[in-house]
Amino acid sequence: MTDLPAHTLSSFDEDLDRLRALVVRMGRLCEAQIIAAADALARHDAAAARIIVDGDAAIDALEAETEAFAIQTIALRAPMAGDLREIVAALKISGILERIGDYAKNIAKRTTVLAKDAPMEPMVLVPEMARMVAQMVGGAIDAFIARDAERAAAIAERDQVIDDFYTSLFRSLLTFMMENPQRITPSAHLLFIAKSLERVGDHATNIAELVSYSATGERMGERTKRDDTAMVTSPQG
Amino acid sequence: MAADSPQVASLGDVVGRHDTMDGSKPFITTRNLDFYYGENQALKSINLDFPERRVTALIGPSGCGKSTLLRVINRMYSLYPGQRATGEVMMGGVNLIDPKVDPTELRSRIGMVFQKPTPFPMSIYENIAFGLRLHEKLSKGAMDERVEWSLRKAAIWEETKDRLNTSALGMSGGQQQRLCIARTIAVRPQVLLFDEPTSALDPISTAKVEELIAELRTEFTILIVTHSMQQAARCSDQTAFMYLGQVVEAGATAQIFTNPREQKTREYVTGRFG
Repeated sequence: MTDLPAHTLSSFDEDLDRLRALVVRMGRLCEAQIIAAADALARHDAAAARIIVDGDAAIDALEAETEAFAIQTIALRAPMAGDLREIVAALKISGILERIGDYAKNIAKRTTVLAKDAPMEPMVLVPEMARMVAQMVGGAIDAFIARDAERAAAIAERDQVIDDFYTSLFRSLLTFMMENPQRITPSAHLLFIAKSLERVGDHATNIAELVSYSATGERMGERTKRDDTAMVTSPQG
Repeated sequence: MAADSPQVASLGDVVGRHDTMDGSKPFITTRNLDFYYGENQALKSINLDFPERRVTALIGPSGCGKSTLLRVINRMYSLYPGQRATGEVMMGGVNLIDPKVDPTELRSRIGMVFQKPTPFPMSIYENIAFGLRLHEKLSKGAMDERVEWSLRKAAIWEETKDRLNTSALGMSGGQQQRLCIARTIAVRPQVLLFDEPTSALDPISTAKVEELIAELRTEFTILIVTHSMQQAARCSDQTAFMYLGQVVEAGATAQIFTNPREQKTREYVTGRFG
C-alpha cells in the first residue's frame, strides 16, 4: 500500500495500531518458541521443553484478544479498502500464528520424550531447519509491519528450501529407521518434528501471502509445492 | 418481505449482487460533459456509463459535483439563468442537453427524488394523481389502478390503502419519502435519480428505502447520490468517486470499496480526507 495520510478520525488509527501490535507480539512469541524448541531438542533439555509447552497459552490468549479486537473494529469502524484488508489479514494471521504456536508446543512435547534417548544422526539437520523456519516467521511479520508486498514475496520464496530440508530429513530418517529398527519410536517423533517445522514454513508462507494481499489487494501468484515426500517409496536398503 | 429479496447462501452471491456489470448495456452515457455555474466550472469532462437496470452510486466530498451531475441529467439546471452544460449526455441516441429536447417530457422519463420528502399539501391519492394528469389523460378507473400500482411499487400500499384521502402531510418522514418515490414512479420513467434520499430519515426508514431501491433496480436505471459510503456499498452495482468536479475513479462497487486503484479514492473511502 502506498503511504496514506492519517485517518480524519484519529482514534481509528489508534485501533489499527493496537491491532497490528497484537499481531506483531504474537509473531515474535511464535518465532521465539520455535527457536527455543529446537534449542531444547538439540540440548536434550526436557525442563526447557516443558517451559515451551506452558508458554503456548500466552499465544492462545493473544489470538483470542486479537480476534475479539478485530471483530470489534470491523463492527465499530466499518473499515473500507486497505483498512478492511488489513484488519481481515490481521484476523487471519493471528489464527495462523496460533497454529504455529501449536506446532512449537508439539515439538517441545516430543522433545520431552526424545530427551531421554541418545542423540540420532539425522537430528543434526533439525536446528538449522528450525532456525530457517523461525526466520521465515520473523520475516513475514517484518513484511507485515512494513506493509511490504515485495518482502512478503521473498519470504514465500524461501519455503522451497524448507521443503527441500524436510525431504532430505525424511529420506535420511527412513534409512536410519531401517538400519536401527530398535529406534523407530524416537525416529518417528523426530520425523513428526521435521514435519511440524515444514508445516510452520507453509504457514509462514500463508502469512506472507496475506501481507501481500493486504498491501496490494491482489492475491500472490500460486506457488508450486516442492515437498514431494508424499510420493516417496521405500528407499534402496 | 419482498418476493425477490436476495437469498445469500455464499460469498459468491454477495459479490454477484455487487459485481453484476457484465452483460448490462450503458443506458446513459456522458462524454466530455462540462458544466458551468456562470464562470465557475462545476463539472470537468465527465465520461461515465450508467448501465441499464443497475444502480450507480455517486460519492465524493461536498461540492465535488455529484448532485450537479444528477441535475444536469434531468436538465434541472435549465431552470436557472447563467447555468450551462456542454458535451454529451446520450440516452437512446439523443443528447439530453440539446436545447431541442423538451425538459418536461425528459423529466417524465427521468424522475428525481430529493433529500427531504416533498409531498404536496394534498391527499395521498392526489399526490400521485396530480403529477400524472400533467402527462397523461387517464380515466378514473385507470387512474385508480395507476395510483395503486405506484404505491405498491414503492412498497407503501399496505400502509396507505385505507387512508388514501387523508393528507400526505400526516405521514411519517419515511412514509413521505416513499410516497415521493411512488409519485416519481407513477409516470413510468426509465431512469430514477436519487439525491441523498435517506439523509433526513431514521435507520429503519432508510433500510426500507434501500430495500425499495434494490427492488426498483429490476425495472429502472438508478443513480444515487449519497454521503453515506455504507449506503453506496449496500445499494449499488457501480460506484463513481468524484472530486473537484471530476470523476477520479469508477468501477464495480465491490472493487471500489475493497481495492480502489486511485490514491484519492483510497483516502476517501477509508476516511483519510481533509
